[in-house]
Amino acid sequence: MPDSTPSATAVLLGAQRFEPTLSAAVKEAGVQGRIAVVTAGWQEREDEDEELSKDLEGNTVNLMLYKRGEQLFRQDPEFAQAHKERQNHLRALQDVYRLRLDHALEAERLVRESKQPEAIREEVEQACIDAIRDLDAWHLYQCAKVRAEFNEKWKPLHRPTIARHRGDLIEALSDCGAIAIAGGHVAVLVNRLLLFGLETLVGARTLFAWSAGAMAVSQRVVLFHDDPPQGRGASEVLDAGLGLVPNLVVFPEPERRLKLDDVPHVHLVARRFAPSRCIAFPARSSVVIQNGRVTRSNGVVNLTHAGDTLPQ
Amino acid sequence: MTQHRAIDELISAWGDAGKLRAFLNAHTFPLVEDSHVTFVWMGQAEAVNVRHWVYGLESSTTLTRAPNTDIWHLTLEIPGNSRVEYKYEIHRDGRGEWIEDPLNPNRARDPFGANSVLQSAGYVSPEWTQPDSTARPGVIERVKVPSRVYGHRVVQVYLPARYRKTRRYPLLVVHDGSDYLNYTGMKTVLDNLIHRLEIPELVVAFTDSPDRLREYAADENHASYITNDLLPYMNMKFPLVDEPRARCLLGASFGAVASFSTACRHPGVWGRLLLQSGSFAFTDIGRRNRRGPLFDRIVEFVNAYREKPAAMSQRVFVSCGVYESLIYENRSLVPLLDATGMQVRFVEARDGHNWQNWRDRLREGLSWLFPGPLMFVYE
Repeated sequence: MPDSTPSATAVLLGAQRFEPTLSAAVKEAGVQGRIAVVTAGWQEREDEDEELSKDLEGNTVNLMLYKRGEQLFRQDPEFAQAHKERQNHLRALQDVYRLRLDHALEAERLVRESKQPEAIREEVEQACIDAIRDLDAWHLYQCAKVRAEFNEKWKPLHRPTIARHRGDLIEALSDCGAIAIAGGHVAVLVNRLLLFGLETLVGARTLFAWSAGAMAVSQRVVLFHDDPPQGRGASEVLDAGLGLVPNLVVFPEPERRLKLDDVPHVHLVARRFAPSRCIAFPARSSVVIQNGRVTRSNGVVNLTHAGDTLPQ
Repeated sequence: MTQHRAIDELISAWGDAGKLRAFLNAHTFPLVEDSHVTFVWMGQAEAVNVRHWVYGLESSTTLTRAPNTDIWHLTLEIPGNSRVEYKYEIHRDGRGEWIEDPLNPNRARDPFGANSVLQSAGYVSPEWTQPDSTARPGVIERVKVPSRVYGHRVVQVYLPARYRKTRRYPLLVVHDGSDYLNYTGMKTVLDNLIHRLEIPELVVAFTDSPDRLREYAADENHASYITNDLLPYMNMKFPLVDEPRARCLLGASFGAVASFSTACRHPGVWGRLLLQSGSFAFTDIGRRNRRGPLFDRIVEFVNAYREKPAAMSQRVFVSCGVYESLIYENRSLVPLLDATGMQVRFVEARDGHNWQNWRDRLREGLSWLFPGPLMFVYE
């Protein structure tokens, strides 16, 4: 996990494309100064941020982390190659984890549906969930190990090429009172945020994040979809996030991704990721977190251990 | 045992205009009661038949006239989740006329016109086939492809919403492209599946043939046109991922044969195949086939493949309706493909040889051949 401390104030929001609530949240937070926006999850479309900028009355600066990454890889081919190899390594780990996870999830389902005697039911079901939790922990550990070895060898934040970009970022952030991190491709987004060590540059600024952005700033990134076109729906841990918002697993777009009325499934998700709270963010919902604690929430759905969902 | 009495209720309403209107307003036709389906036609005629294309049932079955009424009806047992396309054949004055069911608004269009559609219990038209105002629309461009084989051909090219030349896209080539656009609503399907992240953004070449029964019948020239003319042109004109895994051929019926034959004649080029209700006719003895001379070259080609099956692609998705005569040929092909080591998925549907069947299988086929970034993108 990155070496980061919780953001002083973080505001996590529901998806913004159809029902934007960001500008209202910014006003409510009383942000002073410009807002630095991160749209690296949009990849090549990173600079198509007109709507976002308009929504924030043009008072923005895009940190262009995706483009910076591309430039960096061109400028520093040796590092680019090492980075590529690390990503391949992480992908291979993800494949192995997914393979093992499929079986662990299937075992949990089979046991749960096999109607075990009451005397052992709770224990065997818990054992299945523990096996999944162990696997998630193993995967996170492996990812952290790969990242730590890479950082130890390459010391990325000290490489001149990256240090130059970080200098630019520090300057761009100097008159910003907040950072807004949009959604998109969550793996690319996490990758770019960590590449430039953004978690170390947030400081006292208010953090706004939604969709993949909210996942990226949390402690661990969980990929999920309950109704994919192929196979059973599942969720899997991708990697650690930036850790700016601790003890919370973020599930954006529940309207089309989660079966919140599937009690055993919700139960599994909540127990699997405990003690972190699993919170789904429908459109227009929000959570305010101050110094690592949820201080206000609106319209989010809490996935509970009992398998039901509680509106917050 | 369940009673299927809706038709009796209708018959008893005959002669009472109010009751009849109330019944017609309250029911959809044909009348579906569990697995029993009652076809109904009302009017004066000498005879009424239902004509359908379900292989395994008589293609023409006579409706019975209820005594002292103009109600004609026929109850058949049709399994759940079925789609059956049909027409009524009305005999009057010694002449037969084929008409669509006036009581049933469900229609399926095809190059020959339209058919009425029976949807049995459980069948739901997939929502991803319907226009979605939240899905960003792609665009269709027409391009003129120079060809050493055919001189030139006009191809309709689908570019996804937010297409950028700085990105690289997989390529899907669709045989009978205009028919796929017109009768499966494939542009809407692509817009929706891309919007839902179930498939990646694709560039799609919708090709057509002025003589499909010849060119699509395992023809070497067609395979050369697709691989040696169309593919390089598309690569030159559009930013494509230049790898077999990012190239797919799609076709239905003879179009599936054209896709399969093209991939076989150019092994290793096309890494993905989507073959729908392929006309993969073959013989186990002799060369004569029951389907007639149009199939002679296909039989020769498929027989040769059956003799010496080889992997020519990486992933092959095969689908076929169980109400098609071609189900036998498709079921026979799948184990051969499987044995070559290619990844093969075979899907059967309770449907016939028609465009809505092919439409309904597109999501499963495309998302298996080209999995989208569903798990990674959260907008």
